[in-house]
Amino acid sequence: MKYMLMDYVGEAGWPRLPRAEQERWLGAYNAYMEAMAKAGVLQSTTGLEPSSAATTVRVVNDKTQVLDGPYADSKEQLGGFHIIDVPDLDAAISWAARSPTALHGVVEVRPLLDRTAHEREFGTAALQPPDGADHA
Amino acid sequence: MTEARDTAAAVARRSYGKLVAFLAARTRDVAAAEDALSEAFASALADWPLKGCPSNPEAWLLTVARRKLIDVARRDLRGEAATAQVQLLAEGLGAAAADAAIPDRRLALMFACAHPAIEVGIRAPLMLQAVLGLDAKRIASAFLMSPAAMGKRLGRAKHKIRHAGIPFGIPEREELPGRLDTVLDAIYAAFTAGWTDPGGTDVVRRDLTEEALFLARLVAELLPQAPEALGLLALMLHAEARRRARRNGDGEYVPLAEQDPALWDWLMIDEAEGALRRAGALGSLGRYQLEAALQSAHVHRRRTGDANWAAVVRLYDALAALTGSPVVAINRALAIAELHGAGAALEALQAVAADARLAEYQPYWAARAELLARTGAHAEARRAYQVAIGLERDPAVRRFLQRRQSALPA
Repeated sequence: MKYMLMDYVGEAGWPRLPRAEQERWLGAYNAYMEAMAKAGVLQSTTGLEPSSAATTVRVVNDKTQVLDGPYADSKEQLGGFHIIDVPDLDAAISWAARSPTALHGVVEVRPLLDRTAHEREFGTAALQPPDGADHA
Repeated sequence: MTEARDTAAAVARRSYGKLVAFLAARTRDVAAAEDALSEAFASALADWPLKGCPSNPEAWLLTVARRKLIDVARRDLRGEAATAQVQLLAEGLGAAAADAAIPDRRLALMFACAHPAIEVGIRAPLMLQAVLGLDAKRIASAFLMSPAAMGKRLGRAKHKIRHAGIPFGIPEREELPGRLDTVLDAIYAAFTAGWTDPGGTDVVRRDLTEEALFLARLVAELLPQAPEALGLLALMLHAEARRRARRNGDGEYVPLAEQDPALWDWLMIDEAEGALRRAGALGSLGRYQLEAALQSAHVHRRRTGDANWAAVVRLYDALAALTGSPVVAINRALAIAELHGAGAALEALQAVAADARLAEYQPYWAARAELLARTGAHAEARRAYQVAIGLERDPAVRRFLQRRQSALPA
């Protein structure tokens, strides 16, 4: 099964860390990703710029609304994600627990959409609309 | 007709969880396995009275349920997806139907139901449904929830098992103790939900303690080297053995010190003691073994008249160190009262008095009241009883506390 491991991190702390400390963390992240690659579970990995660079967009009454900042204004922000392919949730959890993020932030483990089940429900590979979306 | 019905009912009780576990192990789809199995039971009730009971009812049910599962997969899936799903279902299942002995995967099913990724409060209900086949309505009433809400939460949990990829398996050796704790806690939660009606007047809840005992026996049998599984079984057997003695003929609450040991189920107590001894021999102490040892000490005291309070306090010390529970501290204080007097006990109780959780905890106020009464602080005792009476839900216990309160000298 494929899972996304999402790294939610407190962004405010990072710039305040001394350089040597930052390098130590980066080293830990590199080792972590190397370990996942070596184990043959890592499919892809992506880091994100801090949420200060984020912009949110929605369309209301045919008008595009653009706002500065991330969607959720919480202390922890999505900082990056890895896609891994492992047998089950226990394996995904054990990789999440090895993440340096688990020490200072939170790792959310989410299975990727199961296409088989999805096709059964919708007949096609259409993407699911968000809950409560108004199609009228 | 009745014979077929009886056989189906007996097979249901004995093999329900085994069949669900086996059918769902590959696909992780507990709901689909349950649906297929309930259709298979319906077919059995229609078929067996006419054609007679099959020689291997379990295998018969598995074959029918398996056919239903494959039908559903064929109907709902198209193309490659259907082929893959049917293949998944056919693998292993075919082999098993041909074989008389169906592998017992109930333990794996229990580990899935009590997985840490499943919400704590639904683990016990989920286990009762998936392993024992109890319906949502029955479970809901024992857990004081509406059947609709219970059904929804059970559905959500099954969805999570399936879509989050929660494995059906027994955890690796280093993870086993921690993961087993979640299974045992869920079983104990089912037991205590049944225990909230100690008078045994509510049939639904009464049955639930028996179902929970069945699960505890099952885990102890399937994991004979797990001391805490034996400890939990011993604890539950001890509690169950004294059930009848906890109420007198008028339905009034009888505290342990005043119970008639002749009303205890001594066969069950022997079984509990045996389980506890086997647990002790495995050499790894835990919460449930300590709690069972305390029950055992209480029984020993009543049986022999040996005032073993020093040993009881030591057990509570160990339990308090392990759990840090304020509830343990209350019971420890009551044992200290027997050993060193009510004054020392009140001092011990003072150490946890600041715990906000105790403000609404009836046994804390009842214990306080009892100890205050013994030191002669009658006015304070009366006030503490008042709080305890206000917090109690069980009318029999409430009457007991009221009697204690009115027995205080004016």
